[in-house]
Amino acid sequence: MSQRRVAVAAAEGLHARPAALFVKAAAGTGIAVTVGKADGPAVDARSILAVLSLDVRHGDEVVLSAEGPGADEALDRLAALLAGETVHSGQSGDGGG
Amino acid sequence: MADPAVHQLTGVGIGRGAAVGPVARMAPPLPEPTAEPSRRQAGEELAVATTALAGVAADLRARAARAGREARDVLEAQAMMAEDPALADAIQGGIASGRTAARAVYEAFSGYREALAAAGEYLAARVADLDDVRQRAVAACLGVPVPGVPDPGHPYVLVAHDLAPADTATLDLDRVRAIVTAEGGPTSHTAVLARTMGIPAVVACAGADRLDDGTTVLVDAARGVVVIEPTEVERAQVAAAKATAAAAVVGPGRTADGHAVALLANIGRPEEATAAVAAGAEGVGLFRTEFGFLDAHNAPDEASQVASYRKVFESFPGQRVVVRVLDAGADKPLAFLNQAAEPNPALGVRGLRSLRATPAVLHTQLAAIAAAAAQTAAQVWVMAPMVAEPEEAEWFVARAAEHGLDRAGVMVEVPSAALLANETLAACAFASIGTNDLAQYTLAADRQVGGLSALQDPWHPALLRLIRLVGTAGARTGKPVGVCGEAAADPLLACVLVGLGVSSLSMAAPALADVRAALAEHSLAECQRLAELAVATSSAAAARQAVLAS
Repeated sequence: MSQRRVAVAAAEGLHARPAALFVKAAAGTGIAVTVGKADGPAVDARSILAVLSLDVRHGDEVVLSAEGPGADEALDRLAALLAGETVHSGQSGDGGG
Repeated sequence: MADPAVHQLTGVGIGRGAAVGPVARMAPPLPEPTAEPSRRQAGEELAVATTALAGVAADLRARAARAGREARDVLEAQAMMAEDPALADAIQGGIASGRTAARAVYEAFSGYREALAAAGEYLAARVADLDDVRQRAVAACLGVPVPGVPDPGHPYVLVAHDLAPADTATLDLDRVRAIVTAEGGPTSHTAVLARTMGIPAVVACAGADRLDDGTTVLVDAARGVVVIEPTEVERAQVAAAKATAAAAVVGPGRTADGHAVALLANIGRPEEATAAVAAGAEGVGLFRTEFGFLDAHNAPDEASQVASYRKVFESFPGQRVVVRVLDAGADKPLAFLNQAAEPNPALGVRGLRSLRATPAVLHTQLAAIAAAAAQTAAQVWVMAPMVAEPEEAEWFVARAAEHGLDRAGVMVEVPSAALLANETLAACAFASIGTNDLAQYTLAADRQVGGLSALQDPWHPALLRLIRLVGTAGARTGKPVGVCGEAAADPLLACVLVGLGVSSLSMAAPALADVRAALAEHSLAECQRLAELAVATSSAAAARQAVLAS
C-alpha cells in the first residue's frame, strides 16, 4: 500500500471546481485510489459525492492511498494537484493568471 | 383548477410592464417515492435505475454545453454526481434489499445529502445541486416529466413556486412574456432577472400555485396583479399601455419641471456597455468588476484589467463611468482573497475590508483603472464597497489619489455610513447607495432567504429614512448622491428617491425607459411630496400604499 499526505491548497477546499477536477483526475488514473482526512475514514476518490462529504477545507491535510502497479505514479500526480503544483491535467484553472 | 370566482391574484409587481399569455407551469418538486417493496425483479429495477442515471447525466452535460461559463461548472459537477460509482453501489444495495429503483435512488442520494448538509452554509449550494440531480433521477425512474422550466414551444407566462438561478440558467427568455411566482420578494433572483431582462413579473403572489397550464393570464406589474382570463377591455388596456411606452420620452433623465436626474446603467461585464448605450444610459453608475476575478485562482494582471476596463470606458466618451473596485466576500467569495471560512460572511471580511487585508490587489486594480482612463475620454470615478466608517472612505480616497484618480467615493450599504452621512461625504467625492445590502443590514434580513422578502422591500421607511440622511448630506455638501440598488429600477420608487435628494439613478439597462417615463410625469416638488408620504409610514406595504393612493 502506497500513501501520500498532502495539505489542500485550493482556497475553497475540496469543494466545487477543485473537487470536480480532483475526482476526474482520480478516475483518469484508472486505479482505485482512496482519500480521507488524516483522522477520518477513507472514501473512493472517484466519487464526487463521497469527496464532497469529507468537507475538506483549505489547508486540511488529506491522505491518499492506493496499491498495485502504477500506484506511486498516480498518487504523486494527485498529490501534486491537491498541493496546487502545476500539473498537466488538460484543464486550465488559472483564469487571468 | 383555480376557483372561477377568483378573477385576480395579487402580489408584488416588478417593473411597470404588462403582458398577456398562456400559463406554462414549472413542474413542482416530486413527492418522496414510496417505500413499498418493489413488485418487479431486482434486475428490472436495476436496469431502470441505471438507464435513468445515464439519461440524467447526458441531459446535464447537454445543458452544460449550452450554458454560460458559471453555470457550466455546476452542471458538469451535477453530471458527475449522476455518474458517481459510490452512489451506484448504494443504489444496487437498495434494490437488492427489495426497494424500487426510484426509492433506492432517493435513499442513496439522501445519505450524501445529510453529510453535505451537516457541513452547514459552506456546502449549502452543493446540497441544492444534489437535490436537483436527485429530483431528475427519481423523475426519470418514474417516467414522469422532469421538474423544471417548461418549454411549450410558444410564448408563455412562466408560473413557478419560485425560481432559482439553476432554473433560469438555460431559460429561453425570448419566449417568456411574464413571470409569476408564489414566493420571492423584490430583491429575489426572480425580481432581479425580470428587471434585468425587462420582463414584467409579479412575485410573492398568493394563489400562483393554483394557476393551471394553458390558462390565459394578464400580468400587470405596475399594479402587482395577475388577472385570470382577462376581458377584451383589459387586454386592450395592456396594448394601449405598450403603445404609450414605445412612444416614451427619450434623452437625459428629467423631472416634469426639468430637474436633471442622471439615468445610468449597472453593468457586470464589459460586453454589456453596448446595450446600456442603446437604452439611453447617460453613463455607468455601477461597473461591477468581479467578472474578471470570479473564475480566477489568482488576481488578473494589470494589462488584462486595462483591456477590459477600456472596453467600457470607450463606450461613454465624456460621460461618467463609476467603477466599483473588487467587492469580494459573502455571496461572492473569491479564491485568492477569502482564505478563511467565516461563521457569518455577510458580517465578515468583505468589500473594502477584504481589500485592506490584501492591498496589492487594490493597488493593481486602481493602476489598471487609471491607465484605462488615461487612454479614453470617459469621466472615470472609483468607488469602494462596504464602507462602514468615514476613516475607511479617507483611506480609499488616499489610495485612489496615489493613482491620480481624484473622483473617489463610497457605496453606502452599511447603516453606519448613512447615519454618519455628513462625515462620510466630507471624506470623499460622492456616495452611491446600494439599497439591497442597505436593506439587508438595516432590517437584519438575509437577502438570500426568501421567507424574509417582506423585510427586504426597498420601500421600507427605515431604509428610506437612511437614504434621506444621505440625500440631505449630499445637498448640504454639494456632493452627488446616487442609488445603484434594485430600488432605482422601480419607477415609482425612483421618484421617491429623487424626492429624498438622490441625484442619479443607476439600474439594469432595460429598466431605464420606465424610470425615465415616470420621472417625466412628476415634478421635483411632487417627488418630494411622495417622499414625505413614504417616509412617514411604518412599513414597506404602507409606504407603497401611501404613494400609490396619492
